[in-house]
Amino acid sequence: MWRFVIRRALFGLLVLWLVATTVFLLFFAGPADSVARRLAGPRAPQEVVNQIRDTLGLDRPLTQQYLGFLNKLLHGDLGTSFISQTPVSTLIMASLPATLWLVAGAAALWLTAGVTGGVICATAPRSLRDRLITVTVLAGISLPTFVLGIFMIFLALSVFPWLGLAPGPYIPPLEDIRGFFQVMIMPWITLAVVQAAVYVRLTRGSMLDTLGEDYIRTARAKGAPEHRVTYRHGLRAALTPVVTQFGVDIGALLGGVVVTESVFGLQGLGQLMIRSVRDGDLPVIIGAAVLAAAFIVVANILVDIAYSFLDPRVRLT
Amino acid sequence: MSLIEASSEAEHTPGITPAVRGKGPWQLAWERLQRDRAAMVSLAVICVIVLLAVFAPVFAAVTGHGPQDQFPETGLTPEGLPVGPGSGFWLGADSLGRDLFVRLLYGARVSLLVGVLSTLLATVFGVVTGMLAGFYGGWVDGVLARLLDVVLSFPYLLVAIVLVAALGAGVPLMILVIAFFSFAAMARVVRGQTMAYKEREFVEAARSLGASKLRTMFVDLLPNLVAPVTVLASLLIPTAIVFEATLSFLGLGVDPRTPSWGAILADSTDYYRVAPGLLIFPALLLLITTLAFNLLGDGIRDALDPRSDRLLSRK
Amino acid sequence: MTALLRVNDVRKYFPIKEGLLIRREVGRVHAVDGVTLEVQPGETLGIVGESGCGKSTLARCIAGLHEVTSGSIEYHGLDRSRGQIQMIFQDPYGSLNPRRRVGSIIADPLVIHRSGTPAERRNRVRELMELVGLNPEHYNRFPAEFSGGQRQRIGIARALALRPRLIVCDEPVSALDVSIQAQVINLLKDLQSELGLTYVFIAHDLSVVRYVSDRVAVMYLGKVVEIAPAEQLYRSPQHPYTNALLSAASVADPDLAAKRERILLTGDVPSPILPPPACRFHPRCPKAAPRCSAEEPLLLGEDHRTACHYPGVMI
Repeated sequence: MWRFVIRRALFGLLVLWLVATTVFLLFFAGPADSVARRLAGPRAPQEVVNQIRDTLGLDRPLTQQYLGFLNKLLHGDLGTSFISQTPVSTLIMASLPATLWLVAGAAALWLTAGVTGGVICATAPRSLRDRLITVTVLAGISLPTFVLGIFMIFLALSVFPWLGLAPGPYIPPLEDIRGFFQVMIMPWITLAVVQAAVYVRLTRGSMLDTLGEDYIRTARAKGAPEHRVTYRHGLRAALTPVVTQFGVDIGALLGGVVVTESVFGLQGLGQLMIRSVRDGDLPVIIGAAVLAAAFIVVANILVDIAYSFLDPRVRLT
Repeated sequence: MSLIEASSEAEHTPGITPAVRGKGPWQLAWERLQRDRAAMVSLAVICVIVLLAVFAPVFAAVTGHGPQDQFPETGLTPEGLPVGPGSGFWLGADSLGRDLFVRLLYGARVSLLVGVLSTLLATVFGVVTGMLAGFYGGWVDGVLARLLDVVLSFPYLLVAIVLVAALGAGVPLMILVIAFFSFAAMARVVRGQTMAYKEREFVEAARSLGASKLRTMFVDLLPNLVAPVTVLASLLIPTAIVFEATLSFLGLGVDPRTPSWGAILADSTDYYRVAPGLLIFPALLLLITTLAFNLLGDGIRDALDPRSDRLLSRK
Repeated sequence: MTALLRVNDVRKYFPIKEGLLIRREVGRVHAVDGVTLEVQPGETLGIVGESGCGKSTLARCIAGLHEVTSGSIEYHGLDRSRGQIQMIFQDPYGSLNPRRRVGSIIADPLVIHRSGTPAERRNRVRELMELVGLNPEHYNRFPAEFSGGQRQRIGIARALALRPRLIVCDEPVSALDVSIQAQVINLLKDLQSELGLTYVFIAHDLSVVRYVSDRVAVMYLGKVVEIAPAEQLYRSPQHPYTNALLSAASVADPDLAAKRERILLTGDVPSPILPPPACRFHPRCPKAAPRCSAEEPLLLGEDHRTACHYPGVMI
């Protein structure tokens, strides 16, 4: 078990190193002047370009720059934003709560809706309700997140203005709980609808597979009541792939729910990323990217460990 | 020899009429697909959209509105707001007085181009890589499989954003980025299928006949991969279209002047209260297109593999 | 008469590897472990044994599908590169590519060995289909449209395409219905006399082997324990394992069945990864003596050879 965790952690570090190196090379490989010009933007005056080249030391050999970059990264120093002149870590810490709340709330919604929907479909395959749900799911999968988001705002502002829902900047729940919900409900639903569609599909498929297994037939044959067969024997085994998917999704989303945050103007990590890309704020882009990769790597390790508890056939070696 | 003739007589199943050319798996699949109403409607919808995109310049000529032409006189009301749908502007005008209908048609060109080209690229490279990895195995396969896992576990929107930041926006970059991620999905599926088929006796039979590995891969394995590859490709196209629209919506996709569904929707966010058509038409078009591709993909899956679990059970 | 094929002390081990990053060899499966035998031109050599005894591996070594680990296989007047050794596979469903037409499957060896023009190949395919009792009009059909017996005929036609001299048959009828088995076996026998073929015939069904074979070799855990002319082997088996096999099989001859004592094998076949020392059969042998676990018996005798310290009919 511990050997497994250590090996996965080492592999995770390798992935992080690869991500950091790739990002570094993407931005810094090339002649000093063209790199500086790219960072400054096509319309920036030559003095700005020169200044960027000198402050970042772009004249130095690439290996030297790379070692400096790695050294800073290892000490947890993500640098300072070009634009706001605040440390990148401060910016990230300020954006983190919005993303965390968004993902946590949406996850509760989509997990409940997705698994319930999947079980309803799987217990009566090919029935009317199964068909209705699956058609909805297909529409949900086809629906781009941002289109759904815009429609939600359209409805909230034009059709149901009395609900008091509005897109807007993140409000911490401890400051103003009412405002928190008014801001968060739409992003939660938007993110959850898209994810729930995937989970219905996953739960339904996995549940149908499980219910076709021999041991389920055995349970029925020995006279276990149907709901017990479905929930106690079926659902438990069927949930394994759902848990795996859930872990992977959480990891990926924590790195930045780019679209949802953008549509609703929530200042989370995704929004931070988009803004820094538009502004060419390099230290923030790199910091956010490495953080996102770290979330994914950790989530994947946790999923593998959880897997061994859920599925007794899997042994960690 | 009499014995042989007698036995062959005995084995001729009376039900099969001795047609010279048997119905191939493709013909059978096509016949099954034709019976699938949702898939056929989707196919028709896709054909219409493709035709509209191809003949976009014709519509531009008929209406007299180029995709980039601004008509501050006819396209905007005296207060400077976009006009609604009417005889001049079939679906209304946007905030700069440009013809929404014409721009949507040109946007369809971008969407279809990105969707089809990136999927095509991904399919070619994915099939070759997946087949090589699955067929040869060994450490090459080990490294490649792990790499594909890593690529697939990354959220591709985030990676695309970083790449756009580093290399600049544009259609070719977008096609390459989408192709890269679709490639990973395709390569993984093809690798799995190849590994499964590699163990089948007909591959061993080919080897016993002295077939080279290359011939075995392309003559014996490839025809068996066409079904899963077709299904996956038809499902990758709508993903690519949504991805392009999303990036353009975020202002990171194609050049902002190029008409693209995502960019048109991004423009609409400030105006939809006065001109809801600006939001509704592109959103509907995007939704219809992706839904049609998804339904068709589902139909193709059912038609190629009748035993598979149908997502939409229609009978 | 010089032998067509001589197998000299052939061994085939499959390494077992473990470890995720660095794969170490942790053991070996001793699939074939020192087999020596000859095949005379025009004869049928049957090879029998339980599953896992290495008979299929030996067949694949002879057909050149496996490299031998040690030992050698000498071919006399047989050119493998000209397709003079062919193989017929066990599974008529797995050994034919489901996505290719029957005509092109049968023509495969001709295409691979660049034999003839396309028109000549087409004629040859029709000729072959007729030869094995298939309707040549069906060359454009797919394997799925044929019954199991017909599919095995397709496999036979493919094996005959290059006019081979030796055909290795790997349990060619064990996947077929009993009623069809006789037809396919009679076809093989007729083809043998007509075309002067030599067969190496693998089976676990003793009665099938007895019917087709001139000589029979019995294998146990990678070794030949007894080899003799077919009738002699069945009338007076010398090795206790052969005896046990025969007594387990249903016998059509009641006189013989009455004479023979039923010997039941106890225990499972030991693992071929760590086979028992000395005589491999001693842990299950009813006649085992101290010598059997100390000294390996050699395959001794003239026409009828046995690898046993205490050969002879059971007392």
